Amino acid sequence: MAECHPVGFQWVMAAKARGAKIIHIDPRFTRTSAVSDLFVPIRAGSDIAFLGGLVNYVLRHGKEFREYVVAYTNAAALINEDFRDTEDLDGLFSGYDPEGHVYDHTSWAYQGAEAQALAGDPEDRTGGRRHQEAAQAEKRGSGGAPVSAKPDVDLTLEHPRCVFQILKRHYARYTPEMVEEICGVPAPKFLEVAEAITANSGRDRTTALCYAVGWTQHTVGVQYIRTASILQTLLGNIGRPGGGILALRGHASIQGSTDIPTLFNILPGYIPMPHARQHLDLASFVARDAGRTGFWGNMDAYTVSLLKAWWGEHATAENDFCFDYLPRLTGDHGTYDTVLRQINGECKGYFLVGENPAVGSANGKLQRLGLANLDWLVVRDLQMIESATFWRDGPEIETGELRTEEIGTEVFFLPAAAHTEKDGSFTNTQRLLQWHHKAVEPPGDARSDLWFYYHLGKLVRHKVRASPDPRDLPLQHLTWSYAEEGPLGEPSADSVLAEINGNGPDGPLSAYTELRTDGSTTCGCWIYCGVRAGGVNQAARRKPGQEQTWVAPEWGWAWPANRRIIYNRASADPAGRPWSERKKYIWWDASEGRWAGADVPDFEPTKPPDFTPEPGAKAQHALAGDDPFIMQTDGKAWLFAPAGLADGPLPTHYEPLESPYSNPLYSQQVNPAMQRYEHPANPYNGSAFPYVVTTYRLTEHHTAGGMSRTLPYLSELQPEFFCEVSPELATERGLEHLGWATIITSRTAIEARVLVTRRMKPLRMGGQVVHQVGLPYHWGPNGLSMGDAANDILGVAADPNVHIQESKAATCDIRPGRRPRGQAMLDLVEEYRRRG
Amino acid sequence: MGVRQWLRSWPVIRQITGDDPSGRGNAVRSAATERTAPRTAHADSVTRSICPYCAVGCGQRVFVQDGRVTQIEGDPDSPISRGRLCPKGSASKQLVTSPSRVTKVLYRRPYGTDWEELDLGQAMDMIAERVLATRAATWQQRDEDGLTLRRTLGFASLGGATLDNEENYLMKKLYTALGAVQIENQARI
Amino acid sequence: MSERMGFFTDTSVCIGCKACEVACKTWNDVPADGMDLLGMSYDNTGSLNANTWRHVAFIEQTVEDDTRWLMSSDVCKHCTEAGCLDVCPTGALFRTEFDTVVVQADVCNGCGYCVPACPFGVIDRREDDGRAWKCTLCYDRIRDGLTPACATACPTESIQYGPLDELRERADKRLEELHAKGEKDARLYGRSPDDGVGGAGAFFLLLDEPEIYGLPENPVVTTRDLPAMWKRAGVAAVAVVAGVAASFLGKR
Repeated sequence: MAECHPVGFQWVMAAKARGAKIIHIDPRFTRTSAVSDLFVPIRAGSDIAFLGGLVNYVLRHGKEFREYVVAYTNAAALINEDFRDTEDLDGLFSGYDPEGHVYDHTSWAYQGAEAQALAGDPEDRTGGRRHQEAAQAEKRGSGGAPVSAKPDVDLTLEHPRCVFQILKRHYARYTPEMVEEICGVPAPKFLEVAEAITANSGRDRTTALCYAVGWTQHTVGVQYIRTASILQTLLGNIGRPGGGILALRGHASIQGSTDIPTLFNILPGYIPMPHARQHLDLASFVARDAGRTGFWGNMDAYTVSLLKAWWGEHATAENDFCFDYLPRLTGDHGTYDTVLRQINGECKGYFLVGENPAVGSANGKLQRLGLANLDWLVVRDLQMIESATFWRDGPEIETGELRTEEIGTEVFFLPAAAHTEKDGSFTNTQRLLQWHHKAVEPPGDARSDLWFYYHLGKLVRHKVRASPDPRDLPLQHLTWSYAEEGPLGEPSADSVLAEINGNGPDGPLSAYTELRTDGSTTCGCWIYCGVRAGGVNQAARRKPGQEQTWVAPEWGWAWPANRRIIYNRASADPAGRPWSERKKYIWWDASEGRWAGADVPDFEPTKPPDFTPEPGAKAQHALAGDDPFIMQTDGKAWLFAPAGLADGPLPTHYEPLESPYSNPLYSQQVNPAMQRYEHPANPYNGSAFPYVVTTYRLTEHHTAGGMSRTLPYLSELQPEFFCEVSPELATERGLEHLGWATIITSRTAIEARVLVTRRMKPLRMGGQVVHQVGLPYHWGPNGLSMGDAANDILGVAADPNVHIQESKAATCDIRPGRRPRGQAMLDLVEEYRRRG
Repeated sequence: MGVRQWLRSWPVIRQITGDDPSGRGNAVRSAATERTAPRTAHADSVTRSICPYCAVGCGQRVFVQDGRVTQIEGDPDSPISRGRLCPKGSASKQLVTSPSRVTKVLYRRPYGTDWEELDLGQAMDMIAERVLATRAATWQQRDEDGLTLRRTLGFASLGGATLDNEENYLMKKLYTALGAVQIENQARI
Repeated sequence: MSERMGFFTDTSVCIGCKACEVACKTWNDVPADGMDLLGMSYDNTGSLNANTWRHVAFIEQTVEDDTRWLMSSDVCKHCTEAGCLDVCPTGALFRTEFDTVVVQADVCNGCGYCVPACPFGVIDRREDDGRAWKCTLCYDRIRDGLTPACATACPTESIQYGPLDELRERADKRLEELHAKGEKDARLYGRSPDDGVGGAGAFFLLLDEPEIYGLPENPVVTTRDLPAMWKRAGVAAVAVVAGVAASFLGKR
């Protein structure tokens, strides 16, 4: 966190100054480790074992926050008697289909409440990899999968089939000794962490977990986060001040980019993209995807309002509000799937908008082969990035795999405007929308991406205005009138925000609870409804922090409804009283008959704690006054996920796809449901690669480098690509400090300068010594600070839920000296491939 | 400046006549030093902004003079950042004023070996043509079972996560109306 | 004369982010300084010089099995007894109303006398223009009531700016805290008015020996013996004049 989010880290330092204990767990010793109270080096790719060890410690020693767990989680729920755990099936959960490498979720369901699988279509649950891959899990960005009703429960948590007991059995073998064997963390050190975390959780204290892509970029990435969720929920650390699981996102609006997604599988506000087989019309779309209880129960209103925002008067109840204008998914259309389609010629055009996949995506060669096989490519960026110049200086030109004169890709480079040259909002890592105002005009031909898409839309609409082809109706009927400003005809970002916020018969809406199913409301993104409440841009609010409470609710605007801590109903006990004075946040004010506190209650403001829903109630009306997790259909935090995940209801440790070690827990080595991408340019490593390799960032650079390697002041601070190795590994491989090393996988070889440092420490897993190679991934051949791209050596294999690639744990070989050039380079890699 | 005043401005005279006999303080202050003021004091405007690097969302103040950004520093009012910036945030001025920024549309024709300049309007029109042509050539109205697809897999988009919400919104809206589904973002990666 | 202003750099909370280096360069338009991978941990700046007015040192230490990574942002000390100022023949260096030491670029003629006069090796001549450059404690900013650029940016308040007396008090308290926590090697550097430079306007809290951070253990202003030196120089000069005269006479 100190390394990649230094300014956010000021609050960690402030907490430390007030006595908080800072624990840092990471394969490498970073700037964060330097100021932490305890640093725990860990083998890359083993965190589920570590977190699972903590869960086991909590359960074995009765350290859970019992009252919270019983009231607010599904610990008491009884699970279907057909369910079998990985402990019973040697690493598989019940329902696995070894042919299709997919699970049927049916047996994971609650007893007494048949779990509705992600889609009602049995084909989707049981087979057809393509169908499951429509990444339905990712739409859970704001709430869990739907289940149809409340389960049978045992509030004593003693029933052998209740979630609590299943959890206990599942994690029983995650002992400190097992953690040591899998993670390379000595048992006493692990116990120090376990004791610290449990001692610091409960009524009076909360513990926060912070993570970044070190947890997500794995074939089990979603389950990493799930393990953390289980731990935090058991300890009562969710929905309370000082608690939580905080995703430290690395880009200014990466949260916004999923909320209002440019992602294939979702529409704004985590509404799924319709699937060809499941969603024949609006009725089947909302019936199958909306949970019947909880706030997702209103998905019909959210969807209709979105369709009204896009197709305006043309969207009517009679024509299903133009639902049929939406294109349909049939499977995975994610970025890596797309690259394979580019290589096979199916995908011919590509827009890269502030993204540099030739450096930033796993397996750069795969990316560049895709780029080289396009008909046309549009690149929009501030600087000349590698993804725009692959045709003349990509690594494949040097090796002779590609020749400039033979690359048919037509490339348009359109300069982009910087953040100071346009109005707009970013959504930061805590769901906070903040407006940035335009300060100056962009230089030359540079334009905002808003300008580009607005004017492209105008051109396209003009060209098809008289088309009789029904496929052009969605374009012809699209609402596309935004106020144009200034000499460049810049569309007003505020008018776009107004459309996102939505309107009703009385003007701008102020909350998503005002959305209707009858077409009387429009809303471009339901979770952002209220960002322009009263017609005022709430994201542009800048009341100085010093003049507000510590929650600072008048700075920017957080979705949903300006709530700063989500699920904050859980900060009070079931009766609505703060768990403790010290951790007071939101509570029931009986005299006023409403929830009170420093934040906006993440709850219906006047629903009392003792509220019991009527039988058969729908949506939020089906949740009781002590159901704090209002986006969940049952209002509870899920220790066990009876639906919604492609790879199991509980997280369990699997080795990364590429690992030199065997899984000590099961004979099932890797995630059985992981997603592989088969292509000759994407071979997976065999046994010729003895070392663990992981990638990461440095404070001085930003992601794929387009915004840092081009700047002298940042480039000089980290002027060259390097690898980090321990003195022991350096000795083993003859690597010299500041010399060159070649790092090899079955994809390719790259060269890096060597930093030999004791901050990289060999770990001991049982009898084995683990050496890890660390690679910052910022570099490429362009810019001021140059070097090979670390991502070039990575293969593409992905988490089956969200299709994020495993780039934080792989295997490699490393040897002294620079890499060969030309054909010799290909020969070297080929030799390794042959070795296995 | 009169002769007397001119004489008095001589450091050596000031040194002898003033309170700085050793000539290490006031006596040696130059005229430029006397005029010293922060360049931000002359700014024509100060615009509130947000750092474009990571997702902490630090507040920035952008100082502008004569239509140029002259300084970017932390916004002390921000309850998130309290006026502080990391090295990347502190390099924001260099980011937006970088001389290596591309400011002309560049075009590489198929099989070409170099960039050519292209008019922005012409580029926009060519891109719109390419989009529609590719879409027409790759349109999928129905699948093999007759189910509606209404889409094209003929082109794709990958955006960075420094896109504004409003930009992402127009992108998703336009692409969806075009029937393009392979619309992705750094958020996947 | 205003109050004496200075920096207190508390290295115990430094996270080595180098925001100070970049913020300083951005504000003061200091040129970039070369692209050399130095292999000195994460320090690729190397040292303070004409084009680096803040420099973050990174020191990796291993004590038994534990790794410690010290980080410290170094800067001009703005000495009470400043050698650079003493030797400057042009009046380019001067002591400001904040008791800081600043080079006036419009006066400096690049003679370079100041460079060897600094016991810390801070002040330095720029290769292209030959003039001497160093930290000004953002003289332009503080004249307007602003905080220097580095201290403004510093995420963790490792760099604190303020009236020196206040900073010294704060530093004493912080040192006590660290000692109480068992950081027995923690110490203040440049805090004492009795040291070889009469105390620094920019002083530090260090967690180890100064040499570990590349700081001289007992810096002494190079001009401390100046009066005596002048006396000796005077004698020598008389001798030279006499010698020259003698040679002329001898030729005759």
